[in-house]
Amino acid sequence: MAVERYLLPPDGADWRALAAYRRAGGYEAATRALREMTTEAVVEEVKASGLRGRGGAGFSTGQKWSFMPKPGGPKPSYLACNADESEPGTFKDRQIMERNPHLFLEGLIIAGYAINARAAYVYIRGEYVTPFRVLSDAIAELRAAGLLGTGLFGTDREYDIHLMRGAGAYICGEETGMIESAEGRKGQPRKRPPFPAVYGLWGCPTTVNNVETVSHVPWIIKRGAAWFKTIGTPTSTGNTLFGVSGHVNRPGVYELPLGTKLREIIDVHAGGVRGGRALKAIIPGGVSMPVLSAEQVDVAMDHESLKQAGTLLGTGGIVVMDDTACMVRAALVIARFFRHETCGQCTQCREGTAWLYKLLQRIEAGQGSAADLRTIESVGGYMEGQTICALSDAAAWAATGFLRRFRAEFEAHVHEGRCPLPESFEP
Amino acid sequence: MSAVVSGTSVLSERVQDAIRAEVQKYPQPRSALLIALHLVQGELGYVPLEAQRELAALLGIRPIEVREVVTFYPMYHEHPVGRRNVQVCVNIACALAGARQVIRALERRFGIAVGERTPDGGYSLEEAQCLGSCGTAVCVQVNNDPFIENVRPDAVDDLVKRIG
Ligand SMILES: Cc1cc2nc3c(=O)[nH]c(=O)nc-3n(C[C@H](O)[C@H](O)[C@H](O)COP(=O)(O)O)c2cc1C
Ligand code: SF4
Ligand code: FES
Repeated sequence: MAVERYLLPPDGADWRALAAYRRAGGYEAATRALREMTTEAVVEEVKASGLRGRGGAGFSTGQKWSFMPKPGGPKPSYLACNADESEPGTFKDRQIMERNPHLFLEGLIIAGYAINARAAYVYIRGEYVTPFRVLSDAIAELRAAGLLGTGLFGTDREYDIHLMRGAGAYICGEETGMIESAEGRKGQPRKRPPFPAVYGLWGCPTTVNNVETVSHVPWIIKRGAAWFKTIGTPTSTGNTLFGVSGHVNRPGVYELPLGTKLREIIDVHAGGVRGGRALKAIIPGGVSMPVLSAEQVDVAMDHESLKQAGTLLGTGGIVVMDDTACMVRAALVIARFFRHETCGQCTQCREGTAWLYKLLQRIEAGQGSAADLRTIESVGGYMEGQTICALSDAAAWAATGFLRRFRAEFEAHVHEGRCPLPESFEP
Repeated sequence: MSAVVSGTSVLSERVQDAIRAEVQKYPQPRSALLIALHLVQGELGYVPLEAQRELAALLGIRPIEVREVVTFYPMYHEHPVGRRNVQVCVNIACALAGARQVIRALERRFGIAVGERTPDGGYSLEEAQCLGSCGTAVCVQVNNDPFIENVRPDAVDDLVKRIG
């Protein structure tokens, strides 16, 4: 089945310049939304499309927008766009920002209109210097063409888009950590309630949306919710950007309908497992999501099917591992990451991430015991569902997920006192 | 790249003006803090305490509020790093592609361990967490330059050339 791409430009096309993007129909949706549609109608259309957030949690975008207050309240509203993209295995938002910046900016204009925002603030991870530069240029071009600022698209609205830079902390991708960081503080997540729609940036009503999420919006407005719903599954609608990395022949970002079979993504699009080796394990949606084993490769990549398989879609960042890869080492690399990134506010998370890392180090070195395996599960249990944000849950799921799915390999490390996979990558 | 005090101020007029322009974008001046720190570090190579104090005064906050931020975020350095600060991603996709071997080869080449700086101040070496370039692993970033992608563990000579 031929897949129609709409997030990434067609092969060979360069839509980075405003003129090129407009020739391809760009900013028609924004013009229509702002001139001909009420804000409520935009929200309703997006709600009807079934669009779910692409930042990891998969929440209904239209519903999120409808939590925002009506205009005329005591405080201005803001759109805070999450371009922190730090979930390991995830490198898709960068593709949109670098290759189709104006689609993203058009999405920010329509989303900002829908929630009556005064301005959009885009929080870009500090390491993304190229996306920052491409977007700065695109915004300058838009402003010079009179399409940003006062009198937006011939209306009496005023709207601006500002770029912010992060500085290397993963936790600033968590929406309230991002808001704290954008206010010039440590990126420590806030307790909820109050939710950002009530108390967000500078204490004002704020919607946090991911880069890819808002980039779907111009197409939903242009071609309608009914069209959008023809793509994907009934409850996971539209295309999405799957990032495929690890042991495949053609790693990269593939725009495909939600619900595409994992096997098809790996074998057809990513060219199969490298060197013709056997598939062993797949992380389906960034390292926060529990790993799948090769027997589960026929799962469909949508929210419901992955939930049934015992994991989650997350960011759609797929990491493929072949039969050389040691699962204890994979779990160790990921535990090291979470130990490095915990913001330290919650005891369970601060201590738990350190414990998981220590236990896995010991097992990897061949010095672990059967009791250590049980301790991983009990520490994981304490870390779940009890903290300010979901980093703690993610760290627990990742470690216990590897242990449950590949228990025999963990036990072999304990019994043999060494790694049984001589060809494995090093942690 | 060292913090030479010109006149009475560590921060140059150019950086101060750039920070003042950034402040205009936000309802609260301190929201410009992260980008201001990038600007300072871009000029000085790191963010010494004097610069933190001046930045605090510029944004109307206390020096400790700047320091909290400097020490929370991995990209900021309070002490000088190498003129080329080489950051190698060691997260899962890069680990699968041989990041550890890349690090070992660079350690041998520069004669330093991760976290150290060469005696002449030319290079320093750091482990990075996922840089958002997993499809082109191994990914390396030098200072704040665009990524060096698809680094092969058996072609470190090539990497060293690109690092310069
Ligand atoms: C630890 C942690 C890290 C996160 N990192 C990101 C990120 O880098 N980018 C992102 O868009 N969402 C990230 N999220 C999800 C955000 O909190 C939020 O749900 C999302 O940005 C909302 O946008 P959406 O509804 O458009 O998906 C993270 C969540 C957690 C708990
Ligand atoms: S769960 Fe972890 S990362 Fe999240 S707020 Fe608590 S300590 Fe910080
Ligand atoms: S794992 Fe290295 S860039 Fe993502």
